[in-house]
Amino acid sequence: MTGKIVLPPQEGQTAPNEGIKKASNYLRGTLQQSMAEPLSASIPTDDQNLIKFHGSYMQDNRDERDERQQKKLEPSYQFMIRVRTPGGAATGAQWLMMDKMAHQYGNGTLKITTRQAFQLHGILKWNVKAYMQEMNNALLDSLAACGDVNRNVMCNVIPSMSAVHEEVYQWAVTVSEHLLPHTRAYHEIWLDGEKVIDTPQTEEVEPIYGELYLPRKFKIGMAIPPSNDTDIYSQDIGIIAIIEKNKLIGFNLTVGGGMGMTHGDEGTYPQLGHLIGFVLPSQLVEAAEKIVTIQRDYGNRIERKNARFKYTIDRYGIDWFLTEFDKRTTFELQPAREFHFERTGDRYGWMQGTDEKWHMTLFIQNGRVKDFEDYPLMTGIREIAKIHQGRFFMTPNQNLVIADVTTAQKEKIDELIKSYHLTDGAHYSALRRNSIACVSMPTCGLAMAEAERYLPSLISKIDRLLQQNNLSETEITIRMSGCPNGCSRAAIGEIGFIGKGPGKYNMYLGAAFNGSRLNKIYRENIAEEEIIMELTPIIKHYAQTRLQDEHFGDFTIRAGYVTATTDGRNFHEIAKNSK
Amino acid sequence: MLLEVVNSPFNEKQATLLNDVMANLTQQQKIWLNGYLTATLNNTSKMVVEETTSLIKTVTATILYGSQTGNAKRLAQRFGEELAQNQVVTTVKSMADFPVNKLKKIENLLIITSTQGEGEAPDNSKTFYDFIHSERAPKLANSHYAVLALGDTSYDLFCQTGIDFDKRLIELGAQSLVPRVDCDLDYEEEAECWFTAVQQQLMAQSGQLNQVDAPLKKVVSTENYSKKKPYSAKVLEKINLNMTGSDKATYHLELSLENAGIEYEPGDSLGVYAKNNEELVAALLMQLSLDGQQLVTIDQIEITLTEALLYHYEITVLTKPLIAKFEVENLPHENWREGRNIVDLLRYAKITSLTAAQLLSKLRKLPARLYSIASSLAVHEEEVHITVGQLRYAIDDHYYDGVCSGFIANEVQIGDELKIFVQRNEDFKLPASNQPIIMIGAGTGIAPYRAFMEQREEQQATGSAWLFFGDQHFMTDFLYQTEWLRYLNDGVLTSMDVAFSRDQQHKIYVQQRIIEKGAEFYNWLEKGAVIYICGDEKKMAKDVETAILEVIATYGQLTEQQAQHYLVTLLAEKRYLRDVY
Repeated sequence: MTGKIVLPPQEGQTAPNEGIKKASNYLRGTLQQSMAEPLSASIPTDDQNLIKFHGSYMQDNRDERDERQQKKLEPSYQFMIRVRTPGGAATGAQWLMMDKMAHQYGNGTLKITTRQAFQLHGILKWNVKAYMQEMNNALLDSLAACGDVNRNVMCNVIPSMSAVHEEVYQWAVTVSEHLLPHTRAYHEIWLDGEKVIDTPQTEEVEPIYGELYLPRKFKIGMAIPPSNDTDIYSQDIGIIAIIEKNKLIGFNLTVGGGMGMTHGDEGTYPQLGHLIGFVLPSQLVEAAEKIVTIQRDYGNRIERKNARFKYTIDRYGIDWFLTEFDKRTTFELQPAREFHFERTGDRYGWMQGTDEKWHMTLFIQNGRVKDFEDYPLMTGIREIAKIHQGRFFMTPNQNLVIADVTTAQKEKIDELIKSYHLTDGAHYSALRRNSIACVSMPTCGLAMAEAERYLPSLISKIDRLLQQNNLSETEITIRMSGCPNGCSRAAIGEIGFIGKGPGKYNMYLGAAFNGSRLNKIYRENIAEEEIIMELTPIIKHYAQTRLQDEHFGDFTIRAGYVTATTDGRNFHEIAKNSK
Repeated sequence: MLLEVVNSPFNEKQATLLNDVMANLTQQQKIWLNGYLTATLNNTSKMVVEETTSLIKTVTATILYGSQTGNAKRLAQRFGEELAQNQVVTTVKSMADFPVNKLKKIENLLIITSTQGEGEAPDNSKTFYDFIHSERAPKLANSHYAVLALGDTSYDLFCQTGIDFDKRLIELGAQSLVPRVDCDLDYEEEAECWFTAVQQQLMAQSGQLNQVDAPLKKVVSTENYSKKKPYSAKVLEKINLNMTGSDKATYHLELSLENAGIEYEPGDSLGVYAKNNEELVAALLMQLSLDGQQLVTIDQIEITLTEALLYHYEITVLTKPLIAKFEVENLPHENWREGRNIVDLLRYAKITSLTAAQLLSKLRKLPARLYSIASSLAVHEEEVHITVGQLRYAIDDHYYDGVCSGFIANEVQIGDELKIFVQRNEDFKLPASNQPIIMIGAGTGIAPYRAFMEQREEQQATGSAWLFFGDQHFMTDFLYQTEWLRYLNDGVLTSMDVAFSRDQQHKIYVQQRIIEKGAEFYNWLEKGAVIYICGDEKKMAKDVETAILEVIATYGQLTEQQAQHYLVTLLAEKRYLRDVY
């Protein structure tokens, strides 16, 4: 039995979102009525905030805004629904359901997000419930896929490469389930679940979160070195599997990473997580829960843009955190174990696991699954899903793994891959294979510039520079976000772009290829022509003076284009002598 | 000019008063005053005439009209005024307002009625129509009568209501003053002839006709612009209200009335003169090997044949009389003529040679198209807005455009001028500002309600308002959506229900929403709400009426017949008003 959670008081006027949560009766708000209201495809602001906790954002097609306004129509309000898929796993049946829903209710495409989730865009308000029910029938949900709670737990892909991988993936599922909100609101609103009788609550409905949930979103990712595909340092909690002699012995933890910032406010910045120590597998769930409660109690509920866990850690200091963690846990944190990360990108093509099964990583540009001209990607995957007996894994790099394929089935799947022109990306440059873009325009309300729709053509132009310098097969990470919230984790791209305005980006250089160092601003508010102009001499210089195996990010620091960002708090600092 | 004792026939007090008044008059008020003074002066002189010709026998006449769009009513009122000016004691009444027990006493009964849809009587004449066709109708052996029927030859049952009245009045023993006249859309001239004949008969009864010095007095319209003399209004705005992906195209047009002195009220309609499709005219000329540049005379003005066919004659509707004039028989099937045009007919009948004069003599004048006005002058000074749905359909893989909507959709651009006139519709007006209203419309049928809401907002009306709207898709076809949402937010509109027929598997229409909200709907009626229905008669108005009857029966706990009676009472109270087409 848990009593009401009482938060330590904070000075100042609490942020408006806190009031909305408090008044929502555990995330119910007036969603049931407003989702049925027939005259507008929108819902009121408070419900817009609450529906995020249910895995959905209200958006509109910004391409149509002006035209619709002229036609005396409200914006084309629609809902994006993000599905909670810990570790990015989905069965063939689940894939087929998502594909069907994308056509029936969505805009006919699927997006694989940078956090290994399905995202469906363009769902009309009155179809959201039907969609949620279909999803439920396929044993999927979108609970806590967005909102001020722990979101989709990421996990290194190809868990089936070994029994240990599978074990780590199962931990991701366990952590995800453990940190789910307990409110019945999701079931009541979308699944016609029985309403809980309205009696005064003496017992806390949300034993971990409390009625105010967290001050801000919360992200957890798990990695299996040497792959850092889940960008462990960008997570509020990074969980690094430590494997000795093919056995999982425990996890190193990092805390306080996060990407988002606000343009023009240097008090906001991307930050990398701090390595704090090692826990045993049996201690993992407790560790995660206690870290969440520390953020629940001490996260900033006054100033929302300073509410992420990274600011809490930076404000109080890591020593304070360790003391607080120690107070709350039943075990002692051990010193961190040795580990080594090599890369954040995916390895493409067929690979055989220790269990003899095969795994195919397909290249999916920016995670957008649809039928392109001469490239029926969506149809191809659908056909594979119809016969595939294993799982699919969506990767943190927005690609897709067809996992657990038997040798007998491999041939059939290979045939389908060929006949639908699906690709492992081998014919693309290594730059394109290491690219990530968020959705941005036209559906994201935060977008300031294009991302997904623009990055491919920009890469084609940079590819020419690379070709001229014989660097087409050199792996460089390039990431683009339409706004500084950083869904594409652009602040850890060796070449990072963050949208400033239509066609204008801040360009960042100097991040580590393995995700262990943030980048630094190189040029502010530039358009394509200047981007190419700026990159031309740097790439040439890199080709000419590159050290053995030196990565582009490391080179730009050594050559003095930017100084290294050693901590998020000096992300905005620009050394006077930098070029 | 200031009036003074020295430059006018007025004394100082009168001059001061007049100067005060004149200084504050608008142009329109001055024009009105001018007409008013002239008319009162005429009356005065008439009284003098009457006194000196007391030998003349007093003749009485009752004009009853049945009107849907207002044409019959307008004619009735004008003829009434003219008769009155010519010493006939005249009563002009809507059939709905006429107490049937007075029928027997009528000396001269003049009926002016239009016909609705497929041979039905107009809304405001239904009760009277039913009465006169019932067993209770009195014998009218002492009455004279005349019928003027308005209609449209493109309908099978052309002028049926007028025909019915004519037949029934004979049966009841009334004597015909003049033969019935059936008018097509271009009714003015024939109506005028009928009236002149009627008037002469009545004058003969009074003995006036023998008096040489009594020329018949005519009422002169005081309006600057009219159907005969349309105004060229500049197009200020043209917006297709439907989004890409819609099956429909609905144009919102804003027209300038700057300095035209044209006035209208919410509920009125706008007549628009269209232009025929140029390709169709070219095809017609080619089919008959006619030179489009040759001159023809229309209303004493010479224009080219092409111009005549573009602007003055109807070439897109195959009426039965038209087909008869071309002596075409044995059409492929009964409905073949529907939706086809004259080129189709000529090609089918292999008619390849006619002179321009022969061709034009068979055609009827291109009628103006009427659109419900979608704006209020109180909000849009010197502007008028209309909502035009583009009519487009395919027959045997060939696409046809509606004449006027096609013209507006495909040709009219911002800055162009459209020939327009205001068509009053006294039977589709807002009630007192505190009275509740229920507005029901589908597609472009929503247009007059935009005018209503504008007007009510401007009036700060306290009466509640409920709008039912239907179309195909929410995302693409929600006409004027942002405006309704604002009116709801501001309380001008109390409630709104929508039915988007194609957003789900089973089609849903406004009538279902009425039934769903039946209890509330009935409650509004009991509180005195006025019901408005605007839109397609066949596709919507009938089903809506059925739904309303069902609601009345269910929630008023009435039998079907009692519900009918309830609706008839609403009609009589002018609380069931329709603008249907």
